[in-house]
Amino acid sequence: MGALPAELEHERARIEAIARDYGLVFPRTIFETLDHDNLNEVAAYGGFPTRYPHWRFGMEFEELAKGYRWGLQKIYELVINNDPCYAYLMKSNATVDQKLVIAHVYGHADFFQNNLWFAPTNRRMVDQMANHGIRIRRYMEAVGVEPVEEFLDAAMSLDNLLDPYASYPTTARRPAPSAEEEPPPRVEVPRLKAKGYMDRYINPPGFLEEQRARLGRDRAKAKKFPPEPVRDVLQFLIEYAPLERWQADILGILREEGLYFAPQAMTKIMNEGWATYWHSRILTHHVLNDAEVIDYADHHAGTVHMPPGRLNPYKIGVELWRDIEERWNRGCFGPEWEACEDAEERRRWDRETGLGRSKMFEVRRIYNDVTFLDEFLTPEFVEEHRLFVYRTNPRTGQREIADRDPKAVRDAVLRSLTHLGRPHVTVVDGNGRNRGELHLVHRHEGVDLEIEASLTTLKNLYKIWTRPVLLETQVEGKGKVLSFDGKEAKAEDTASGG
Amino acid sequence: MVRKIDRDHARFREIVRGRIRKDLHRYITNGELLGRLGKHAVSIPLPQIELPRIRYGPNPKSGVGQGEGAPGTPLEGEGSGNAGDAEGSHVLEVEVTLEELAALLGEELGLPRIQPKGTRWLRSTAGVYTGIARRGPESLRHFKRTYKHALRRTISLGLYDPVRPRVIPWREDRRYRSRKVTDSPESSAVILYMMDVSGSMGKEQKEIVRLAAFWIDTWLRSQYRNLEVRYIVHDAVAHVVDAHTFFHLRESGGTKISSAYELALRLVEEKFPADTWNVYAFHFSDGDNWSARDTERCVELLKLQFLNRANLFCYGQVKSAYGSGQFKKDLDAAFGNDERVRSCDIPDREGIPKAIRAFLGAAT
Repeated sequence: MGALPAELEHERARIEAIARDYGLVFPRTIFETLDHDNLNEVAAYGGFPTRYPHWRFGMEFEELAKGYRWGLQKIYELVINNDPCYAYLMKSNATVDQKLVIAHVYGHADFFQNNLWFAPTNRRMVDQMANHGIRIRRYMEAVGVEPVEEFLDAAMSLDNLLDPYASYPTTARRPAPSAEEEPPPRVEVPRLKAKGYMDRYINPPGFLEEQRARLGRDRAKAKKFPPEPVRDVLQFLIEYAPLERWQADILGILREEGLYFAPQAMTKIMNEGWATYWHSRILTHHVLNDAEVIDYADHHAGTVHMPPGRLNPYKIGVELWRDIEERWNRGCFGPEWEACEDAEERRRWDRETGLGRSKMFEVRRIYNDVTFLDEFLTPEFVEEHRLFVYRTNPRTGQREIADRDPKAVRDAVLRSLTHLGRPHVTVVDGNGRNRGELHLVHRHEGVDLEIEASLTTLKNLYKIWTRPVLLETQVEGKGKVLSFDGKEAKAEDTASGG
Repeated sequence: MVRKIDRDHARFREIVRGRIRKDLHRYITNGELLGRLGKHAVSIPLPQIELPRIRYGPNPKSGVGQGEGAPGTPLEGEGSGNAGDAEGSHVLEVEVTLEELAALLGEELGLPRIQPKGTRWLRSTAGVYTGIARRGPESLRHFKRTYKHALRRTISLGLYDPVRPRVIPWREDRRYRSRKVTDSPESSAVILYMMDVSGSMGKEQKEIVRLAAFWIDTWLRSQYRNLEVRYIVHDAVAHVVDAHTFFHLRESGGTKISSAYELALRLVEEKFPADTWNVYAFHFSDGDNWSARDTERCVELLKLQFLNRANLFCYGQVKSAYGSGQFKKDLDAAFGNDERVRSCDIPDREGIPKAIRAFLGAAT
């Protein structure tokens, strides 16, 4: 690890001043240069070299090292959402690359600090991750490395089953119990017929009381649990699975780290687009000298390169930001603009409002990818950037362009972004068939699950829940129930057909 | 200092090793499970090592892309249009060196390390540049040493001027990196694969031979630094061929096994003298021979000539729909308790591990 060399430090200070001049607001940002081996190590740990030990990070590292060795991929930089913000740069980057990357980092740092969706993230995550590492190592000392690793293996395969919005304050989603709802009628235990004076002996009060209590318990058991489907499967497990303290703590750690990373997945397009916009702006207007232009352009082009049939978040992001800037500069918004149907007039539209920059800052504060694309992926944009929807042709099995309708394109993009592109799975019953079975439902949104991987995940879930687990989903339009009961993993058609 | 990642990485490799070892029988009996085969390493797809997650299937039926073309135009290349979480599903491929694989095979099948015969000392010039020489190519000039010598000479000649410290190296000052020549024991081995390609050996039979040969190769390679392989095919006459032909050739016609043995013998005599070469011969056939007379001739050749020159002769009898399986019986009758001749039935792919153990395992 090393601080920036003097020459770069000078450039960094200059770039920081320019960025702040433009109105970017970010915490102190600490830059370190690392060689490729160390950078790959940091990247394997998701940016946090102090994380808990697990072989998955070793696997990640091998993949990265292999990719680097074969020249397939190279990490230029890593930015950590933290206060102070940390940025790791590849030591071997050329100076012009470092300048680009530094400007890019300030874009991210600004976004982390100001975007609403990052508001609940822990800004001391570097310390917190280290704490998590210490706790998990302590458990390894106390109960042994193997059991902890085994538990981590099982728990990690569930770490995407959380509610990415769990850390945001919500208004009460659950309706308060209404006044009209009557209290359940008192449970009556049938009595044997007896003459008054014998009643005390034939129906002893103690026995009756016992029976009443038993009926009450049965009824409570039969009640729905949880009352509403629960999206935050991890939290549900923490509360209700038969766990040791250390196990519950590890689930909590995974959940906390998952929630910390969620906003980055939630704003990938916006965030990368924003950082790209700013590195491009700052470098081309202020920083580059004549000798560097070509190298800069080469690197920048690589960043925003979009092969046909693929969406590059850097490219889509930066183009959308530029589109917003231009539209609000020309005043292409509001009822008058909406009402105008003359394409030629719309093309030449200019109200000289000059609001572009301020609109951008407003958007970066309150939007996330879903709302961002919903609002700003306009028909003109879709047309200009030649976006299309593709579909697999069932006859040839080949993917082909299916539709260029702007609305269809927007819908398809939004669909791929909802729930961070992860399947939407909820707990609907924690006491399935009144035998403590865990019942999950996958809300099918057009794409089938990978059955094999899902079944293995259920096996891991079983290790934690210790009772049979099942997942309802759909495959090729037909209802399917995947289940694991401790012995056998099955995928069966549902009778009702989903 | 041990980096943190090294420990996690070592643990990962340990897990990979464990998984491969656990499934080794499956890999031995099914060639497709092994991925690309390199010169020193093989990549093995290990889908089961990745953390399973409830996730979408690999091929989303639809998505968004960018480019020209009217509806109906097929997409060029691949690429999923998921802009969200990049949790793509690709199968993890881990790389295992052939040495590691051989070690796993050895452990799993309990193969003994081979005692090479006829070791000789080989002058090996390959290696690291650890020496210094006064002569050498300019590209290997050792700048620091050269400068030091030049400086020393300049000072001792009294030419050194601290105000204008100019040091000019002469030819005698120059020093070059050089390789140290070492003598190391070197043992060489040659494997002769012989296969019956008469009409009765079908595709499946050849596949079995191919798999068995791969694992035998892998094991012997880990035991010898210098390994040569020769392939011989025969029906009624025998030919030396290259590896590709060996596994893909389909002949028909009669079978005269002695033709192959004669050719092998000639090869060993001419190219691989027994005092420096360890000779391993493997013969695969379905057990049908031309005539009992020819079988007699085979036994004779082995007994009187071939076994004096070879470490081991192995015969694998692959079961085919037409083979009588007589040859193995005859061979066993002739060499019942000779350790240098081993034979084994390979009824199907499942029989490969057993055959390898019979060929290369400790003598029973």
